[in-house]
Amino acid sequence: MRLELVKRPQQSALFSALSPFLAFALMVVAGGLIFLVLGKDPLEGLYAYFVGPLTEVWSLHELAIKAAPLILIAVGLSVCFLSSNWNIGAEGQFTIGAIAGSAIPLYFPDLQNGAVLPMMLVCGAVGGAAWAAIPAVLKARFNTNEILTSLMLVYVAQLILDWLVRGPWRDPAAMSFPQAPAFHSWAIVPELMPMSGRANWGIVFAVVAAIAVWFMLSRTLKGFEVKVIGQSPRAGRFGGFSTARTIVFAFLVSGALAGLAGITEVSGAIGRLQPQISPGYGFAAIIVAFLGRLNPLGIVAAGFVLALSYLGGEAAQIEIGVTDKTVRAFQGMLLFFVLACDTLIHYRVRLVRAAPAPAPAAAATPATETAHGHG
Amino acid sequence: MRKTLFALAATTAMLVAGAAFAQDKAKACFIYVGPIGDFGWSYQHHQGALEMQEALGGPEKVEIAYLESVPEGADAERAIERFARSGCGIVFTTSFGYMDATNKVAAKFPDVKFEHATGFKREHPNVATYNSKFHEGRYVQGVIAAKMSQKGVAGYIASFPIPEVVMGINAFVLGAQSVNPDFKVKVVWANTWFDPGKEADAAKVLVDQGVDIITQHTDSTAPMQVAAERGIKAFGQASDMIKFGPQTQLTSIIDDWGPYYTERVKAVMDGTWQQHDIWHGMKEGHVVMAPYTNMPDDVKAAAEETEAKIKSGEFNPFTGPIMKQDGSEWLKAGEVAEDGVLLGLNFYVAGVDDTLPQ
Amino acid sequence: MGMAEAILLTVATAATPLLLAAIGELVVERSGVLNLGVEGMMLMGAVVAFGVALATGSAWIGVAAGALAGLAFSLLFGVLALTLVTNQVATGLALTLLGIGLSGMIGVAFVGQPGVKLEAIAIPGLTELPFVGRLLFGQDPMFYISILLTAGVMWFLFRTRAGLTLRSVGDSHSSAHALGIKVIAIRYAAVMFGGACAGLAGAQLSLVYTTQWIENMTAGRGWIALALVVFASWRPWRVLAGAYLFGAITIAQLHIQATNLTDLAGLPGPLFWLAGAVKSVPSQFLSALPYLATVVVLVLISRNRRLTMMNTPASLGRPFVPDR
Repeated sequence: MRLELVKRPQQSALFSALSPFLAFALMVVAGGLIFLVLGKDPLEGLYAYFVGPLTEVWSLHELAIKAAPLILIAVGLSVCFLSSNWNIGAEGQFTIGAIAGSAIPLYFPDLQNGAVLPMMLVCGAVGGAAWAAIPAVLKARFNTNEILTSLMLVYVAQLILDWLVRGPWRDPAAMSFPQAPAFHSWAIVPELMPMSGRANWGIVFAVVAAIAVWFMLSRTLKGFEVKVIGQSPRAGRFGGFSTARTIVFAFLVSGALAGLAGITEVSGAIGRLQPQISPGYGFAAIIVAFLGRLNPLGIVAAGFVLALSYLGGEAAQIEIGVTDKTVRAFQGMLLFFVLACDTLIHYRVRLVRAAPAPAPAAAATPATETAHGHG
Repeated sequence: MRKTLFALAATTAMLVAGAAFAQDKAKACFIYVGPIGDFGWSYQHHQGALEMQEALGGPEKVEIAYLESVPEGADAERAIERFARSGCGIVFTTSFGYMDATNKVAAKFPDVKFEHATGFKREHPNVATYNSKFHEGRYVQGVIAAKMSQKGVAGYIASFPIPEVVMGINAFVLGAQSVNPDFKVKVVWANTWFDPGKEADAAKVLVDQGVDIITQHTDSTAPMQVAAERGIKAFGQASDMIKFGPQTQLTSIIDDWGPYYTERVKAVMDGTWQQHDIWHGMKEGHVVMAPYTNMPDDVKAAAEETEAKIKSGEFNPFTGPIMKQDGSEWLKAGEVAEDGVLLGLNFYVAGVDDTLPQ
Repeated sequence: MGMAEAILLTVATAATPLLLAAIGELVVERSGVLNLGVEGMMLMGAVVAFGVALATGSAWIGVAAGALAGLAFSLLFGVLALTLVTNQVATGLALTLLGIGLSGMIGVAFVGQPGVKLEAIAIPGLTELPFVGRLLFGQDPMFYISILLTAGVMWFLFRTRAGLTLRSVGDSHSSAHALGIKVIAIRYAAVMFGGACAGLAGAQLSLVYTTQWIENMTAGRGWIALALVVFASWRPWRVLAGAYLFGAITIAQLHIQATNLTDLAGLPGPLFWLAGAVKSVPSQFLSALPYLATVVVLVLISRNRRLTMMNTPASLGRPFVPDR
């Protein structure tokens, strides 16, 4: 008896919509089991994780703060992943974006007006895009594996940040501690509803970016180009699309959005440049991208789901005494289930009780379409 | 279905009841930057918290809540605010990087007390800062090192070039120089507070380069284990690491936060809590040396004598004459360094052969 | 023990986990599968090896348990990527994330415990030889396992029929399938081997490199191992060279820091000046050297597109769904 996959003639619309929910449900079940194994009440744990954070207004604000960078980065990643460019270095682009944007208030401290913040944001995006251009060019010109180059650059970016805040950019008033001077009020991303919480405009940028990229991907020629190159570079070449240009485009968009997320986070939630600015957003965004099925609108929802898991993990730590490591485990499981459920979109799964594979002679018939790898 | 509803209702009821009950007792909350099992910085803070709870009457009188491994970014502010909202009477934030977050939240919750370790900002009357004079222990270590070392070179695994660490290196060297004026130290900057692999590498490198004493300002027990393997002596950090090197550890600087936490939580309970900025050391019992082991009696006696002098206030490790590394004079004979200078220290004393990363 | 010998020993310990993980991944990729979950598998191996060694008091049993844990964990990847034909890049990443979280959860009780050490071997007579004695005959068992595995993989892939079959699956899974070769089964075997090797690498980290457990203790080594496989153009002996090169750079930057200028006072003028210049480079840049070196070597290696395509297993990362 074995599992057999039969490719569907076209993607199942039902499962396209259903699979994220199915995956979430599976994760909840698995999470409950984990709580049981850890000796905690599963219902209490699940409540603390997924319902608790939604019950207070300030918590909803915190959700928005946490979700904003995740969504921004993931939207950019969706462009990359759809075109089969595996940008694993969003964390580094986030960091460089934060550095680039912070340069404005640090080098022009006397500039104090409404122009500062937009300049910072633009610089952040440009910085992130420039950092992403490195693996892009290396892949386009030298055929270098972008997974590894983008990842190595994450470490390099982190070390550059470390050097800057401990050395050239260190705040003289900080008693030799590593942090840059605090941003003045014109350089801080304003809060949306200061009375009820500290959610800032970052979430607005994220949603706007999601809508813009969704539009680009689904309604413009460029978006079509991106998706075709991702599915089949050969077909793309026949269509006159340049693989190299798509690589650069995808990485630049992704880097720009990650860089924007970086400067927004630093000038909004943190308020200055310091050695630690990201708890792994660049990597968590990868989960968000897949959970949102690489669709920018779905990514908005997925971003909130993941933000919920972070906040929930914290709450669970306090309320039921479970370790915060469960957060990563849940996120990993969620991605697993998402990917597994995605299979149902492309294939019908059948349990076959038939005899083992037919003799080689019979199987030497011309290979059908399903045996060819795609992408 | 009914069972689920029942369970949910029961859970909610318990939570509500729990919240109401909690108002009768004090609640002290702790934010840790690392895991409490790290056997280093965060572990000691948690031990202090537990000691405090014990001293003030146990879990019926004082409730403790904590969050570990809280990153020093936006998450810190959320974590602190979460505590402030959940009925904590006092919140201890145990890392420098929480400084801005602590002050921001303190502004919103004037009735909650906040204590920030190793920081210097107190922007609101409900924020206090506290720190320990770890360098006093380093001086004693230096004395021991110079007496125990045959090669006259010690290896120093440092984390980041912040004033606390620089003070530590300087104090260590000064202590060693008081016994052997030509004592040398080799400094390796690990650029991490806690990474056993990297710390083990650093320790191995130092031993390969010929040192016969290892000391560290990083938090894991890996260097102690390497020293044990290689048959040399070492000093532990933050907690008593003797079980990682029974024949290896000479002593360890133990961060004893118990007495301080007890004092402050009691002050909150009594209503006598006041803002302050303290920097206490051996005298107040914040810095404790682990038992002196693996050394001959005369070295032990010298160590105890030095410790006693510092503890009584008779001797300050940073007493002149001391020259800076660049040759200029820092302290004249008998002059004691000012706290302000020490807390922002960014230069070496003469005799340290390393360039301070700027 | 001289300084050169001591340094080589330290480098060997640093290189061994990289070599173990990379050689396993090499076999996996040669069969046409890209498993990015090496970091997660290494962590599972490390935590299980540590825990079992602690519970049983035997480091060897811990090593075996670590290998098994890596193998079992890799099966998760196998089921998803091979049977359910999910996106291999995403699945590998999911494996890493799950591995980080799960290992952290399992290891909560182990943090701060002194572990059980896997003792170095000692052959009377040989180990005492000057210079080569400890290097060749006095290291910990994982070093020897890593060398033997490299040789074994080399022999298997290029000198046996089974290895040829595996390579053919990696180069063209549809042709192999048409010839009646069980592509999926072979890939499962390769993935499990890769998992076991990653588990061994993890065990080395928690039983030899340090005898500790702390969450995320691989600190990116799994990713370096992945890079090494590409470096090495999917050839076993080059993987060994790459692992040692990387280990050497990592240790060298620490040595640069630990060497005081006064130690070098005997050097001739220009060399002394050079040493001073190197020492004044900020430590962060020295720490970044291994990563920058990786990028540079990757670029150099992949520049020749034809050569790269000749060396890369052609079906690497492509989904395979068998037809009837």
